[in-house]
Amino acid sequence: MSLTTKDKETVKAFWAKVAPKAEDIGQDALSRMLVVYPQTKTYFAHWKDLSPGSAPVKKHGATVMGGVADAVAKIDDLTSGLLNLSELHAFTLRVDPANFKILAHNILVVFAIRLPNDFTPEVHVAVDKFLAAVARALSEKYR
Amino acid sequence: MVEWTEQERNIITSIFSNLDYDDVGPKALCRCLIVYPWTQRYFASFGNLYNADAIKTNPNIQTHGTRVLHGLDRAVKNMDNIKGTYAELSVLHSEKLHVDPDNFKLLADCLTIVIAAKMGSGFTPEMQATFQKFLAVVVSALGRQYH
Repeated sequence: MSLTTKDKETVKAFWAKVAPKAEDIGQDALSRMLVVYPQTKTYFAHWKDLSPGSAPVKKHGATVMGGVADAVAKIDDLTSGLLNLSELHAFTLRVDPANFKILAHNILVVFAIRLPNDFTPEVHVAVDKFLAAVARALSEKYR
Repeated sequence: MVEWTEQERNIITSIFSNLDYDDVGPKALCRCLIVYPWTQRYFASFGNLYNADAIKTNPNIQTHGTRVLHGLDRAVKNMDNIKGTYAELSVLHSEKLHVDPDNFKLLADCLTIVIAAKMGSGFTPEMQATFQKFLAVVVSALGRQYH
């Protein structure tokens, strides 16, 4: 299930609409993940406040979306483009890769909320494939 | 036995009472067939599903999407015994329809996204958590009678 040329074009075009709201979207997606999938809170035990919209959640949501934006720019070779991030997640953060899927789902939900007319089924499938490819690239260095 | 708080029950009833079944049902089914194309295997008799536009305008998909969504009504009315309520439907999906139960989760995810698009920011994280919990119970009940 690799990204076709059409998938890449669809993702880049959709991202142009996402970009101005990226930080907000990141914060919302992360907030939802922590509420809907409480087991993900185990990775943030060092934060004082895990509630939706809190300062650490806001900041981290922006960081994560920055990473996704980077992935969009490097969509033609995610494996080498995201090498540093993969090493970070593999050796330092050691996030169980199952969680990438969970976060991706919440990002999609927020896309549907914020961009209901643009997030058509055709865009949905391309973005879903893209986020799965990003997850694969991030898992590269795990073992 | 699944426990539901008063708030969770209210959230579920409220979401379903404000639902346009004829719109949301077909939209969710279409999205599932487009985003997860292998699910089309169960609809070979429905006619033209060759591309997204064909799927969206297919009248059989329209009818079936509405029917599937109404199928959730039973769970809404029997939240304390979803497992028992769906025993027969589970047997149907297993023995007659031969649906891989992994597909139930795919449709549930598409339904969540369609509802999110409809409700916008009104679909709060708490509502999302409750709705997904509800769908998870439904999905589990539908897979229960498989053997």
